[in-house]
Amino acid sequence: MNAVRFFKEAISSLLSNKMRTFLTMLGIVIGVAAVISMMAIGNGAQESITSSIESMGTNLIFISQNNDASNPEALTLSDATAISEAATQYIAAVAPSVQNSMSVSYSGNSITAQIYGVTPEYESVRNTAVSEGSFITQSQVDERSTVAVIGVDIAEELFNTTQNVVGNKIRMGSYVYTVIGLLEKQGGSFSGSSDNQVFIPITTAQARIISRTNAHDEISMISISATSSDDMESAIEEVTKVMQNQHGILGGEGNDFTVMSQESITEAASSITGVLTIFLGGIAAISLLVGGIGIMNIMLVTVVERTREIGLRKAVGARKRDILTQFLIEALVIGLVGGILGVLVGAGISAVISKIAAFSETVLNPKVSFSSVLLSTLFSIGVGLVFGIYPANRAANLEPVEALRTE
Amino acid sequence: MKKNVVEAHDLVKTYQLGEVQVEALRGLSLHIRRGEIVAIMGPSGSGKSTLMNILGCLDRPTSGQYILDSEDVSQLSDDQLADIRNRKIGFVFQSYNLLQRTNALDNVMLPLRYKRDNANNHTEMAAAILERVGLKDRMNHKPFELSGGQQQRVAIARALINNPSIILADEPTGNLDSKVGHEIMQLLLELNKEDNVTLIIVTHDSGVAKITDRTIHIIDGKVEK
Repeated sequence: MNAVRFFKEAISSLLSNKMRTFLTMLGIVIGVAAVISMMAIGNGAQESITSSIESMGTNLIFISQNNDASNPEALTLSDATAISEAATQYIAAVAPSVQNSMSVSYSGNSITAQIYGVTPEYESVRNTAVSEGSFITQSQVDERSTVAVIGVDIAEELFNTTQNVVGNKIRMGSYVYTVIGLLEKQGGSFSGSSDNQVFIPITTAQARIISRTNAHDEISMISISATSSDDMESAIEEVTKVMQNQHGILGGEGNDFTVMSQESITEAASSITGVLTIFLGGIAAISLLVGGIGIMNIMLVTVVERTREIGLRKAVGARKRDILTQFLIEALVIGLVGGILGVLVGAGISAVISKIAAFSETVLNPKVSFSSVLLSTLFSIGVGLVFGIYPANRAANLEPVEALRTE
Repeated sequence: MKKNVVEAHDLVKTYQLGEVQVEALRGLSLHIRRGEIVAIMGPSGSGKSTLMNILGCLDRPTSGQYILDSEDVSQLSDDQLADIRNRKIGFVFQSYNLLQRTNALDNVMLPLRYKRDNANNHTEMAAAILERVGLKDRMNHKPFELSGGQQQRVAIARALINNPSIILADEPTGNLDSKVGHEIMQLLLELNKEDNVTLIIVTHDSGVAKITDRTIHIIDGKVEK
């Protein structure tokens, strides 16, 4: 039969009770909007995490202690030295670092920052550039100077400015440090941003910031840059060999250190945010399901209310199938229109969140993907159909005699 | 001799009401000729409504034979019955039974919607019939904008649209005052004369029954001799 006619009829019958239709639809609208915006936020988070990791450079290798190993031997400066001594053409630079978080203060202002003890190589390995002053030099490392290079957030917080900060004296723990450099603004709120970091010579850090009971030689991490991103595998292999040698690990034994590349971190982060996206989407999908139950509820009421109409339609020749189709199409229209409105609302929410994120300088760009639009629209139509079947079937199976008798 | 359009032989209808078996029809037989106007009367509980339902193909007899327009419709499937109702029977109800949210024209076209043909002159057909029942100026009015008599005229137009073999009218004047009721009866008589359409009227009103060709009295599930 004429499909357009069916739809016209369904729409006119839905319009005959606008308030109820709207409320029924609202369940679907909210459900779809939730799915769309949650997926968009998840995708946006994934993208900004990935890009912030990638901004560290594609040829980075990190070595850290493997805490899953039994009795792991700590990383030491001599490990770093061994790697740089054994370095072949695959490895460009090696930068050991120690890390701790600590309060930094300047005339009453104070902020908790990540303190890194580094060598001059850190600047090139980790792509950190100074916008004012200079980075840590070898002689400062040798002399254990009390000097610091700070990130823009730190400068903002302590001096309320990011201009002419070199020369200021800041306090960390019981020592006073002279600011010798300000880092370029990096942006991004995820790992890898140096805006909230303070760099001091590694020797100074080992002596004054990191309190270790045993070896002062201990370090937190070794950052290594490969000569090119094409040589990553060879570089990782080489580094691993040197480290196994250093820590006396025989072939077949588990390593007590972890070698990670920027790529593997990106992968790990992506899989985490992927799970997050699915999780958020799943929770949102539950509300869509609840919306579907709303459809079923209202359709059941509608069937009871329109029993006489159904009786009449049957009396003038409507078959079971005709009645079934009529009610299914009504449910489908609710699902479809609700789905479309939901996509629009969801896109709106994503846009608002993106504005809020931009306003608070958080890098988060919710992305409404075509696949999530398609998926949730199809899902809402499906929900309409599935939850419409029971009421529609009930309508179709009404006995015409009984239906006509109802008041 | 005129041909019988309705032939019912030995109709029996029993209902199961919990433990009790109720015999609504007990071997009822009747014949109605084409073009005849027949009134069916009987006290409540006589099986009159059950007979109406079976004659209207809304229900099937438990046993017996019902031949409508030379077709045995006693034991057809639901869908087949729906099709018979669509093509051969026009219903006129006491409370009109119009769809409230659609206008007169669409109400009249409703049976065509379920007719399995590809004709696309539905609107013209419905308009012509509405004109015949005197509602030319009211075609786009919705039921609540029409008087009771006008609504019943729409219902009659709807009953006529598929050119049925019989029109079953269940207390067609029951909700109308006597003047309007009379007009409606006159309209039905007129249509009967012009189209030779068979008219079966269920009524309590002996005034209505008087105008018909013949009155069939139902008592205890049988035709009173």
